[in-house]
Amino acid sequence: MTAWRTEGGTAIDRTRPLRFTFDGRSVAGFAGDTVASALLAGGVSIVGRSFKYHRPRGLWGAGVEEPNALLDIAGGMPNTRATQVLAADGLAVRSVNAEPSAEKDRHAFLDAFSRFIPAAFYYKTFMFPDWHLFEPRIRQMAGLGTLDGAVRAPAFAEQVNHHCDVLVVGAGPAGLAAARDALRAGRRVVLCDDGRQAGGSLLFRAATIEGKPGAAWAADVVSELEQAGALVLAGTTAFGIYDHHLAGLNQKGEGGAPDRLWRVRAKSIVLATGAIERPLPFGNNDLPGIMSAEAALVYLRRFGVAAGRRVVVATNNGLAYETAQALSAAGADVTVVDYRADAPSPEGLRVLTGRTIVKASGRGAVSAVRLSDGSVLEADAVLASGGFTPTVHLYCQAQGKLDWRDDILAFVPGRPVEGVEVVGAAAGDFSLPAGLAEGAGQDLGIVAAWPKSRAKERVWIDLQNDVTAKDVELAVRENFVSVEHLKRYTTLGMATDQGKTSNVNGLALVAELTGRRIPEVGTTTYRPPFTPVPLASFAGARSGTRMSPLRRLPLEREHRADGATFREYGGWLRPAFYGSGAPEDRIQAEATATRAGVALFDGSPLGKIEVVGPDAGSFLDFIYYNTMSTLAPGRCRYGFILSEAGNIYDDGVLVRLDENRFVVSCSSSHVAGVHALLEEWRQDRFDRRRVFIHNATAEMATLTVTGPQSRALLEAIGLGLDLDDAALPHMAVAMGRFEGQAARIARVSFTGERSYELSVPADHAASLWSRLRREGQAFGATLLGLEALMVLRAEKGYIVIGKDTDGTSRPMDFGLTAPLERKKVEFIGRRSLVTEDAARPDRRQFVGLEAIDGAGVLPTGAHGIEHLAGTPRSLGYVTSSYFSPALQRPIALGLIERGLDRMGDIIELQHLREVRRARIVAACAFDAEGGRLHA
Amino acid sequence: MQLFPCPFCGPRSETEFHFGGDAGNRRPEGFRAVTDGEWAAYLHDRNNPRGAANEIWMHMTCGEVFRMERDTVHHGVAQAFALLEGGGDDGLAH
Ligand SMILES: [Zn+2]
Repeated sequence: MTAWRTEGGTAIDRTRPLRFTFDGRSVAGFAGDTVASALLAGGVSIVGRSFKYHRPRGLWGAGVEEPNALLDIAGGMPNTRATQVLAADGLAVRSVNAEPSAEKDRHAFLDAFSRFIPAAFYYKTFMFPDWHLFEPRIRQMAGLGTLDGAVRAPAFAEQVNHHCDVLVVGAGPAGLAAARDALRAGRRVVLCDDGRQAGGSLLFRAATIEGKPGAAWAADVVSELEQAGALVLAGTTAFGIYDHHLAGLNQKGEGGAPDRLWRVRAKSIVLATGAIERPLPFGNNDLPGIMSAEAALVYLRRFGVAAGRRVVVATNNGLAYETAQALSAAGADVTVVDYRADAPSPEGLRVLTGRTIVKASGRGAVSAVRLSDGSVLEADAVLASGGFTPTVHLYCQAQGKLDWRDDILAFVPGRPVEGVEVVGAAAGDFSLPAGLAEGAGQDLGIVAAWPKSRAKERVWIDLQNDVTAKDVELAVRENFVSVEHLKRYTTLGMATDQGKTSNVNGLALVAELTGRRIPEVGTTTYRPPFTPVPLASFAGARSGTRMSPLRRLPLEREHRADGATFREYGGWLRPAFYGSGAPEDRIQAEATATRAGVALFDGSPLGKIEVVGPDAGSFLDFIYYNTMSTLAPGRCRYGFILSEAGNIYDDGVLVRLDENRFVVSCSSSHVAGVHALLEEWRQDRFDRRRVFIHNATAEMATLTVTGPQSRALLEAIGLGLDLDDAALPHMAVAMGRFEGQAARIARVSFTGERSYELSVPADHAASLWSRLRREGQAFGATLLGLEALMVLRAEKGYIVIGKDTDGTSRPMDFGLTAPLERKKVEFIGRRSLVTEDAARPDRRQFVGLEAIDGAGVLPTGAHGIEHLAGTPRSLGYVTSSYFSPALQRPIALGLIERGLDRMGDIIELQHLREVRRARIVAACAFDAEGGRLHA
Repeated sequence: MQLFPCPFCGPRSETEFHFGGDAGNRRPEGFRAVTDGEWAAYLHDRNNPRGAANEIWMHMTCGEVFRMERDTVHHGVAQAFALLEGGGDDGLAH
């Protein structure tokens, strides 16, 4: 191919030359050139290697439809279309799937073996012993671009949510007219186009609209839109339409900036997405130098590049004549091969009618074509038009159904979709907007030129995926006649291209092979995205900790100052332990000091959901497994919340502040779930005027003072209430004051020691904590992290939901059967507790496990094993396991089959080939009588 | 992304909502009288309709539980209803 720069070119600025590299070779261009137009002008005819056979490929298109020229941009995006990247000084691009360069590709020999690697060759050949052995090597030889893992985006992609009355997709003549109509009707309009400049075909096809040249008219409409406040987004692809008129738009970032994602919710959407030219099916129709006739017109008029000097324009329709005439006027020697017998012959143009191209030939690029009459035409460029395929992707994504039109040989939008209108070429209308344009416009006047079966030549259907007519024939012979199966078997219409140029030719061939009409064959499903969207656009700022933000304590700064090591617990960042040294030593020391004196613990994430109102008691009777309405004001009760399936969902202490006021203390990781559960049952089943729910978890901080010296420490602070055990016994609650604020003090213990939970407004937490720290010095108060708390509670056999329970645990597995036997009223999950499954004697029950083999702490997750006729079988597993500082020996908790009936039994445990022995004991290993709660 | 009409807040993005099951899946009351079959149907049998669906949803950001009629094929939302006020079990949910 010998493309050359002509005069003109409306997109480029010849006063601003530039240079970039392609496969290491320097290429010149002008500001405004795309990489593709500069490559074409620079005489680079091979821009890539084909996916499978490594055939040389040149430019076919000039825009989004380009299947061949995929590039990796150094320091940027892989698999980018050369037609959509602006050339820039210093830019370095590489062809994909070619090594070392597109021109000298070392896998080019593969094409000689093409006969042996037809469609599905890989599936059939690399089956034994395992496809995965072959996959890495094949993926290296086939496939597309490479992602440079070292590249970091300069910034997050922005995401914008936008609402409008009318979204117009496509700023060609039909889209501009629709946008202006909507604007003049007083609508809020968004107009987007994937081109850098609005105008669509008006930028390269001759037209006069409302007395102005097409491009000038387009510019005037855009300025009218913008002045009236419409949002006009250039370089922006509408890649998907989702439910309820939500459109996804990706706006290209310029100068290395990340793209921007728009979510546009429109009351109605106008699709003016145009049409894409189809290739003509002839032998070697993939040779470089064979280009879409419309693309050649774009390169000529927009970029001042003529595709060749001896040009054959091959067409089955009338729209390619503008290309022929324009190139002829620019000085090229043009011959038109018109597939139509009765084509009109415009003056000054050599037209051969009623003939088709049988085969192209040339080494590395096209040099001649043989026609159906046997004659041979020499050519350095073959500009083909096989008709136009309306771009209906978005309409189909919006659940539209297509109709086939024989007069234009294309699928067009069929039944209307509510709120979605399709206009212009996308709707199969190739004339200019009615009432605006002068003259009749160009006539498509198309005749069929479909691929034929049993062709001797290699006819390409899908350039991007290297699918030939023979591949389609093979697939049909093997009975892959459904288009969806055919697509997957041959890869026709897959990858980044999604069949933009290939789809209809492929369907036509299947139709012929199966004796059906094209509409009977149907199309494959259109799915978003229309063109690839960078994952960075979808991610936006949601990466790392922003993907799932950690919840942080009001006292995080104080804990850091005290040398806390933080870990995540149920979504909260909490102190695991304090101070330096071996973590295990710190944890043991904190636990020991707690039982010896007094400890301070930050329990702020503890759920604090208030239930208020005259029906609160009966509401909570329904919510809890336990009876709660009998709880006296000022008292606390431990209970379970079940699911309707009878499984333990959460546990915790319910506090009754007064007759009509309760606080649900749920697990810190379950607050949102318990809150939603309470709301749902309240609104469905109760009088919502008589019971209210308020989640006060975040507004209240809870600081726990625990240990035998805890009361003494609180007395030193003075919280304005009687701390005598007669007034505030274990499991009682009372209100005091701190810094003039109400402070709730609950005698609830998760350590087994005398404990006080102090709940104050979160903004008073820091001063309460510092007060406790200061007064605590006299008592040698220790800081207690979550890890040591886990040890302390395990010594007591207190459970942690989700750790010591699983999705099948029921309250009776924990020995709590009284509510089921005695409770009078309904509660969540009750009926599920009187099923056969709930009554099974071999349920896994909660027990303690005491290692008796002297081999240290049992592994958490180890399974209890019994051997039945030599076959091992699991009896359940270890749920929690620690070294107990109080007992100076390992302790463990577990869910073991029939465990409550097997106290004292010795069982075998296995974990990762380690075999251990343990005795089944009571879950509570320390202070079983509970005397320390009152000490 | 779908827009659901919360009776309290108006149209909001579907990501703010939580599915609450089929409307009219009434909870069989009286744990002694309810048969295994009735209870199992309540727990596990779902309408899973193709087309018109009548469902309970919760708007997580405001807490409103409501009934919504929508279509599972074209995702059109017909109507949303606040649960009846003050009558206890109104038979719409559970
Ligand atoms: Zn709401």
